[in-house]
Amino acid sequence: MNDDEPLVRWQWIADHAAELADYTAVHLRLGLLPVLFGLIISVPLGILCHRLRRLYPPVLTVANILYSIPSLALFMIFVRYTGLTEQTVMIPLTLYTLSVLVPNVVDGLASVPEPVRLAATAMGFGTVRRVVQVELPIAVPVVIAGVRVAAVSSISLVAVGQLIGQGGLGYYITRGLQLDFPTPIVTAMVLIMLLALTTDALLVLAQRLLTPWSRSKVTAA
Amino acid sequence: MNDFLNQIQLVGDWLTSSSQWHGDEGIPRRLLEHLTYSGLSLLFAALIGLTFGLLVGHTGRGAFAVASVANLARAIPTFGLVVLVVTLAGLSSTPVLIALVALAVPPILINTFEGVRGVDPATRDAARGVGMTGWEVLTRVEVPMALPLILLGLRVAAIQVVATATVAAYPGLGGLGRFIVDGLSRNDYELVIGGSTVVVVLALVVQAVFTALRRVVVSPGLRAAATKS
Repeated sequence: MNDDEPLVRWQWIADHAAELADYTAVHLRLGLLPVLFGLIISVPLGILCHRLRRLYPPVLTVANILYSIPSLALFMIFVRYTGLTEQTVMIPLTLYTLSVLVPNVVDGLASVPEPVRLAATAMGFGTVRRVVQVELPIAVPVVIAGVRVAAVSSISLVAVGQLIGQGGLGYYITRGLQLDFPTPIVTAMVLIMLLALTTDALLVLAQRLLTPWSRSKVTAA
Repeated sequence: MNDFLNQIQLVGDWLTSSSQWHGDEGIPRRLLEHLTYSGLSLLFAALIGLTFGLLVGHTGRGAFAVASVANLARAIPTFGLVVLVVTLAGLSSTPVLIALVALAVPPILINTFEGVRGVDPATRDAARGVGMTGWEVLTRVEVPMALPLILLGLRVAAIQVVATATVAAYPGLGGLGRFIVDGLSRNDYELVIGGSTVVVVLALVVQAVFTALRRVVVSPGLRAAATKS
């Protein structure tokens, strides 16, 4: 890189504002839909693992193995089946969320005090109603702690998808390297971090609204 | 299904062909590079994460700062950081190390801090009551009791680092990612899947090492209480 090239050329950002906004929207979709899908899979799976304890270790092992597959490799495996599409990025990101979300759903359900469970049963709640109306709401803080970790890492991982042409703001990272021009890289990174931190803050807010009875803080492991 | 079996066959062929095990482009050389990046960055990250985690957990001061820094570091896109440092400082292993350290610090820091802070205050009081100094409380009570969580943090960090070190190959550095990136640019699917398999195996070995380590170093009295995760 040229020595007098500044880290950020503000004019470039101003010139590309509209385009940046488009890529930001794509990035958000690629990063957050997997978390939603992950949650849709993890909640029933977590409930199942909580009820059938023997199922939990194998499920956790599989989720951990999936998590240890490098994103780049997993994208490649799916290219063969889903081509260079958004699904190819979103399916692996969904799989990654499971290793955080499933344990947190299980731990959240385990955090329900036994007397509460018994009281619900004594009041005539059936199993399904008890799980949905009593146990899941109590599990919300722990589940959201997992969603926060999953969402932040998912948003930052989307960028790697650029290597198969679907990376949201990651586009500017590879572009900057090709042009030997740091402004797009810095801009993309700052935007990605802002997206991640804003999402995180909104999730904290969501937790406060969803669990008005507990204002105590739950931190992610 | 047939397609899947074909893939396994491909990987098998690739892994067993002798050219993979010799010379500058072979698996041993790439594996060594990969382990060097991963090992060094994990070492630096552990120095940072453990020091601050223990310090903050023990004194109870700066808890909010630790949580914020860890959260901020988690949000940094590793891929972007590697590429940015390469653009600014040129091609060397430094960008990879910086990015991987940033990736590995949060889980180590948070878990160490949570582990130390989670020690029962009554136990801590008892330790002080029998005349232990602050340092002794830390090294003989808090650290042993926090060990399961500290190891969990190190394990998560190690697996993330091993998996992410593949990104180093994109701007032209070595490591096992070379196979994946080269395979991608040459449209050589066998190379991509073969390289990925080696990384997955490496991650599983890391997982197994930490499981074994936990058996050895965690006090038997704590093991029963901390069987989860």
